[in-house]
Amino acid sequence: MSAPGPAVVTDALHRRFGDTVAVDALTLTVERGEVFGFLGPNGAGKTTSLKMLLGLIAPTAGSGSVLGRPLGDRAARAKLGFLPEHFRFHDWMTGREMLRFHGRLYGLSGRGLETRIDALLARVDLLDAAERRLAGYSKGMLQRIGLAQALLNDPELVFLDEPTSGLDPLGRLLVRDLIGELKAAGTAVFLNSHLLGEVEATCDRVVFLQAGRVRAERRLGEPSGTLALELTLGTTPPALLARLAAFGPVSVVAPGRIRVEVTGESAAPAIAREVVAAGVDLEAMALSRPTLEETFLAVLGDGARPG
Amino acid sequence: MSLRAVWTIAGATLHEALRRRILLAAVIFGAVFVLLFGFGFAAVRREIMQDGGTPLSLRPVMLNFFVMAGLYAVNFLTVLTAACLPVDTMSGEIASGVMQTVAAKPISRATIVLGKWLGHAIVLLGYLTLIAGGLLLVARVLGGVSPPNLHIGLPLLALEGLIMLTMSIALGTRLSTIANAVTCIGLYGLAFLGGWFEQVGTMLRTPGAGDVGVVASLVFPAESMWQLAAYHMQPVLARELHLTPFSVANVPSPLMVAWAIGYVLVCGALAVRWFSRRAL
Repeated sequence: MSAPGPAVVTDALHRRFGDTVAVDALTLTVERGEVFGFLGPNGAGKTTSLKMLLGLIAPTAGSGSVLGRPLGDRAARAKLGFLPEHFRFHDWMTGREMLRFHGRLYGLSGRGLETRIDALLARVDLLDAAERRLAGYSKGMLQRIGLAQALLNDPELVFLDEPTSGLDPLGRLLVRDLIGELKAAGTAVFLNSHLLGEVEATCDRVVFLQAGRVRAERRLGEPSGTLALELTLGTTPPALLARLAAFGPVSVVAPGRIRVEVTGESAAPAIAREVVAAGVDLEAMALSRPTLEETFLAVLGDGARPG
Repeated sequence: MSLRAVWTIAGATLHEALRRRILLAAVIFGAVFVLLFGFGFAAVRREIMQDGGTPLSLRPVMLNFFVMAGLYAVNFLTVLTAACLPVDTMSGEIASGVMQTVAAKPISRATIVLGKWLGHAIVLLGYLTLIAGGLLLVARVLGGVSPPNLHIGLPLLALEGLIMLTMSIALGTRLSTIANAVTCIGLYGLAFLGGWFEQVGTMLRTPGAGDVGVVASLVFPAESMWQLAAYHMQPVLARELHLTPFSVANVPSPLMVAWAIGYVLVCGALAVRWFSRRAL
């Protein structure tokens, strides 16, 4: 068993390559059993951060621990799973041989390993391709066999670096289900992604990374933060707008359509009463939570360019 | 370090050599090489053994000369194969990203280096055994010739191959595949040229040329292992009278063997150190 403590803790983790700072003072905590989304544009430092946690790259400064052990510790690595971004494996091996090779590197062997391999091949729907060489696998198949590889040791923490980037919708659904199963089994998942829909569907919590620093954090699936209440009105008299401003910032989206940013759902009936009391027709009203994409773009700011 | 993990990596290296037809190519060309030598040797032997041809006393020396020529080719093939076999095993897997999932496992980087070294060393020594063994068998069966001191000469050839193999793996942790190949071949060229300078310099009593050779042998001791092997595998008559190009004028000191073994160990240690610090 690994030592107690959160799944991941980092304190001002820093890595530079020459003059380029890839990760700058990364401080974060991932709890045991948590599905954690690590978001950011290309080049934000997500993969470098993940590689430091796996011991593949040494930090230039700062410290951290994984499963209660120092970064790169071998005992901790025995309880980690990892699917790298470009999912490149020895392509002269068959799917089964690749899983056997990686299983042995985890210290597994014999009947236990073979049973585990069969179960994982079935889970990622590759049993019929198990005896084929990886060189003949499609991108999606490689990613699925890579996922199986990351789960060989029944890990306590799994790092997935863009796990769905090569997958078709069915493959994505499989990954989403797998993450759900891991969560149910109490396995922590550290998910690097910029596919916000995927993250929104699977993660408990996300942080946004930009230029090597954490810019924002958001807990998903809990009623918190700002909600947008959009109203379609017969008229928009200034006096009504002034009164609605008491509930939160008001903006006119289009003629006859206004948006009020409120802090909770309970504001909706009160706002409706104000509109009716002012003698204005309330034609439609909708409450919405800003999407992850809206938050993402707001965090990046107007100056953001594609990475 | 877990020996089981070392063997897992070595096993995968052997498996790769088999799967990617490296072993097949080695066996086919090794067999062709031995066959070609057999035909040539048989023809030469007929010529030498004809009445009125080569004097009786010189016949064994002449036959040994042709066996030495064959062994010289074995030496050359072994060194080049040792450079090529592992030339992209580190750099290629680092560049492609294959190394990431391997190095993230609960094994040390030293385990990966040692496993790869062991796997490639087994392939190389198998190859050397095949071509040297085949050649010596042909020489014995067809000509009744067997060079002396094979128990000294053949291990020296193996050591020469291991020097190159270890260097190729070590440099592969830092250089790209092509840069590694160019450096390894360049080092061998340096030692090769230095070796000849040393011999010619000694024969002509030109101390400067001899020094160049000694320095080259210290920088890369592969060629001097061949010279020492060649010295031991020739009949006394041939080597003392300098009857063939393989007669060594300046015999490398036994200390050179210790230097070469130390060289392999230092290259191996450097490979581990460099790879352990490498960002993957």
